[in-house]
Amino acid sequence: MKYAFYPGCVARGACPELYVATLEVCKLLEIDLDHEAMKGASCTGSGVLQEKNQKLGDTLNARNFALTERSNLPLMTICSTCQGVMSQARKRMLDDPKYLAEINSELAEEGLEFTGQAEPRHLLWIILEDYGIEKFKSKLVKSLNGLKLAPFYGCYLVRPSDALGFKDNLEREDSLERIIEAVNAEVVDFKGKTLCCGFPILTINEKNSMKMVAKHTTDAKDLGADAMVTPCPLCHLNLDGFQSKAGKSIGSQINLPIIHLPQLLGLALGIEPEKLRLNKHIVSTKVLLSELALQP
Amino acid sequence: MNVNLKVKRFDPADSTRDSWWQEYNIDIHQDSTVLDALIHVREYEDTSLALRCACRASICGSCGMKVNGSAKLVCKTRIAGVAPNGEQIIVEPMGNQPVIKDLVVSLDTFFNQVKRVEPYMQPDYVPESGEYIASNESMENLLTAMNCIMCGCCVSDCTVLEVDDNFIGPAALAKAWRFVDDPRDAKKQDRLKDLNYEDGGIWDCTRCMQCVEVCPKGVNPMERIMELRDQAIKVGFRNTNGARHAEAVYGDVGHSGWLDELRLPIKTFGIFNFKELIKLIPIGIKSQLVGKRPPIFHKSIPGVQNIRKIFERYSK
Amino acid sequence: MFEHDILIVGAGLAGLRAAVEGVKNGMNVAVVSKVHPVRSHSNAAQGGINAPLTDRGDDWEGHAYDTIKGSDFLADQDAVEVMSREAGDAVIELERMGVIFTRGEDGKLGTRAFGGQKVARTFFVGAITGSALLHVLYEQSLKLGLNVYEEWFVTKLIIEDGECRGVIAYDMKNGELHTIKAKAVIMASGGNGRVFEPSTQALICTGDGIALAYKAGVPLMDMEMIQYHPTTLARTGILLSEAARGEGAYLLNSNGERFMEKYAPDYMELASRDVVSRSEQTEIDEGRGINGNVHLDLRHLGRDFIEKRLGYLQEVSLEFLGIDMAENPVPVRPGMHYIMGGIKTDINGLTEIPGLYAAGECANVSVHGANRLGANSLLDTVVFGRRSAQHAVEYVKSVSSNSKSENDLKLEKERLQAILDRPKGENIAKVREDMAVNMTKGIGVWRDQKSIEGALENLKNTKKRLPNISVEDKGKFFNTNLIFALELEFMVDNAEAIIHGAITRKESRGANYRTDMPDRDDENWLKHTLVYYDSNNENNVRVETSPVTITKWEPVKRVY
Repeated sequence: MKYAFYPGCVARGACPELYVATLEVCKLLEIDLDHEAMKGASCTGSGVLQEKNQKLGDTLNARNFALTERSNLPLMTICSTCQGVMSQARKRMLDDPKYLAEINSELAEEGLEFTGQAEPRHLLWIILEDYGIEKFKSKLVKSLNGLKLAPFYGCYLVRPSDALGFKDNLEREDSLERIIEAVNAEVVDFKGKTLCCGFPILTINEKNSMKMVAKHTTDAKDLGADAMVTPCPLCHLNLDGFQSKAGKSIGSQINLPIIHLPQLLGLALGIEPEKLRLNKHIVSTKVLLSELALQP
Repeated sequence: MNVNLKVKRFDPADSTRDSWWQEYNIDIHQDSTVLDALIHVREYEDTSLALRCACRASICGSCGMKVNGSAKLVCKTRIAGVAPNGEQIIVEPMGNQPVIKDLVVSLDTFFNQVKRVEPYMQPDYVPESGEYIASNESMENLLTAMNCIMCGCCVSDCTVLEVDDNFIGPAALAKAWRFVDDPRDAKKQDRLKDLNYEDGGIWDCTRCMQCVEVCPKGVNPMERIMELRDQAIKVGFRNTNGARHAEAVYGDVGHSGWLDELRLPIKTFGIFNFKELIKLIPIGIKSQLVGKRPPIFHKSIPGVQNIRKIFERYSK
Repeated sequence: MFEHDILIVGAGLAGLRAAVEGVKNGMNVAVVSKVHPVRSHSNAAQGGINAPLTDRGDDWEGHAYDTIKGSDFLADQDAVEVMSREAGDAVIELERMGVIFTRGEDGKLGTRAFGGQKVARTFFVGAITGSALLHVLYEQSLKLGLNVYEEWFVTKLIIEDGECRGVIAYDMKNGELHTIKAKAVIMASGGNGRVFEPSTQALICTGDGIALAYKAGVPLMDMEMIQYHPTTLARTGILLSEAARGEGAYLLNSNGERFMEKYAPDYMELASRDVVSRSEQTEIDEGRGINGNVHLDLRHLGRDFIEKRLGYLQEVSLEFLGIDMAENPVPVRPGMHYIMGGIKTDINGLTEIPGLYAAGECANVSVHGANRLGANSLLDTVVFGRRSAQHAVEYVKSVSSNSKSENDLKLEKERLQAILDRPKGENIAKVREDMAVNMTKGIGVWRDQKSIEGALENLKNTKKRLPNISVEDKGKFFNTNLIFALELEFMVDNAEAIIHGAITRKESRGANYRTDMPDRDDENWLKHTLVYYDSNNENNVRVETSPVTITKWEPVKRVY
């Protein structure tokens, strides 16, 4: 199994622990990540660039897809936001051949073309759809039995469902719960799991953003969650990085560790917490890991 | 076909309880909609069940409710679609709006928010004779927003309204866009100015796509909000964190091919906005302490000149 | 205490257009409606609004004649002339209010073809014209700060000294009954489709205003004229606009033949609605149907065209039958759609009771006669909505004082309480369903003496059951159970007037097609039927007739 690896900006920026944990997990699962294919790839625009110019954003994504196609490899992302922005752009282009042709004309100078074949997929889906949940389970060495985990998807991994291919891949709807169950942990189901973490408005309306962080983390905690797991580094930035601030705004200490998806996979695969950079979080994972009898 | 409905009930006259769940098992034609099932209950099983419905054809907007947790027009929600294997169907009143009784909610706030955007055309002249001249393209463009039937589904599931009821909301903003993009309307600047700077305006949307997902008429309110942001920036309303943030992302990607997260907040708040920047210091220190921080030297991606060329062509 | 100069019952297009006119003339105006304005059934009009615009070579006489021919010469020609002459201004006014009509290359309003007319003069917004118009008029009502009694249900008209002085209305949100006083009342309460089963009409179309006026002594005119629309979606009965055929769709039988060739060789699928519905029913009855339907075929129009110009039709077809119109023909059948009849008014919307006006589907001016042309209903609402308000504005100036009586309120309170106090009895839905199914059976696309008498017999039975219906919900908040009981009483009054109209008219004309009397009889029946509520008569009904106004077009044989 080999993938053109597209880590996205945040995994190479403010969430380096996600990047490292992904490499560790993929190495152990013998998922071969090609780092060269997407070397010249740009940011997806993260939905923000699209506010200014959607067609420009779509062009950048078409270019990234064209790079993938040149490598003849399937495309892997580890970011819900990248996944969503890419899927939306792809749908717009595939729905309208004239639009796709216009965009391809922008890529011609570089000798690139997006034919429609490249399809971005998140590591979360790849584990379920390509790797197979049974095979994954067979690799587990550490049972996380007793651990209560709240899933937190990140908007762009669940909406809009038509762009994300939910119709043809029904298991994507509860993919994160399937993973939590696969590692023998208990799912803490809560309403906020598919809602917004507040990150996109962090610098715009901090009050609302903090309310969202506080609401989701306390809701999960009140339902008994030991930690929250997310496939989205942007959600992680807000839920982890701003949790104490959000807690202060409601006059309480929340202290709910936020775990990246590959970190959860890694723990169950027996990778040392430190190698997964679980010590590099703002909300400490110490108590959580000690409960699991693992030292960070 | 047997259908099992679990309906959230509420009776303001019943002081002994808040809301409660009630189950109904009914036999109904297999092609029926959730509305058909609820009407059957109301007519034959429990005449006290309150709900709104009228056209049965997804055009009047009366029957917005939550089905299995997300807002839908129940007249166009087929039972086979939500319960293909005879699963229980959970029906609740819409969210973010006060319940009057059972599945009936008050839409007073909804319509007050619509009123906030001055939802009527305001031209600056009257043609001497006949109609205003406008291209068909410009009118067809508005058709997506005119498809809005004000059912309230987007407002029900909006994640911002859940924490802040001052947000104008997706439906009213889509309505506002319909006038901003109407070539016959003369108040474009004023409208954009209000929507841009007003508390609860266009920049408060988190782009979470809930409204896109639940809108039963393809209005795509979030896309309309994004277009309003784009237009606000274009006509020169740039003095918002949102606008600066968009410009900063645009600048980063256009210059280096990817985001410079260390400097994004500085660009968003403005370099001289010490008050906001100081607030970032504690989180910066914490990140530094755990070794979680973006690279200090932001390097461009390989072949960035190709990206820059694309940006240049689009900026023309 | 609620007091206004003009009170409008109903917030659809006719009601809102009337309200806008009243407010602009400085009146204290209010609208009372059992649903929020944007939920009104005007929404359901899809195809467009007719107007002969003179600046593009059309003329009012062409539209008037098509309308009169469509009506099978039962329309009053002076009323049609008013509508046709005012149509252009009405449509331009709507555009100036903000309606986003589809345009032509020149940026002016574009048109599509519609049934019963050789000139394409139907202005439209995709396939959501009614909705687009209604929402724009609602916008205007917000701009003008119109008072709306939203989700208030009118139970009675206040008539004092022979003049209408307001209404008694029930606030559904809290169960309180109130007097709303007014110097003039405009009834704009829509049709009565729920008297039939199935029907394209919304669940709210229960003929309330028609029954209120009828009970107050106003005659209902030509109530036997029930329009069956040729293209309602199989099984669901949902309307698929005539715009499909206007844009070129075919009707096919089970042999794949365009059968309209046999019935209307010149107009084909665009013959008038009564003609097309009967042709379809003939094909189905003679064994060339497809499971009780015929096919509406749009495939040759192409996906792009369908989605742009007929998007709502595609949405309905996909959502409700799972059929993609661009790929497959859609099964359709004739379905009850509209009533040409209604509260008799003059060309200013005035009824026989001073102070009481009517406009829109509940009224009969009469511009539709025995069969309405597609896209004339929206036109009717805005033209006569405005006119009735204009007339009411003048009338109000002559009224010195408001109603003083509180007696009606007391009586209505007692009446409603009595209904609530009834012991457990008949189920409302069962009684309605039985009546409505039998109405369709008796007063259908075809009818004859026997079928009409069958409907009458059944209605007698319904009337016997009516006092036994019970309201199990005794609550004050949003008690729809009680509303359905009140609506059923209104529907029974409507059914009665329809049946008596049908039993009176001894000929076939337009929608009133009698297999036992297949010919039009101008000598004896070029006249309107008038049904009065009369407590001195058997069944409380009195039937009269009145002449049709002919100005310049002598009746001729109607051929399409």
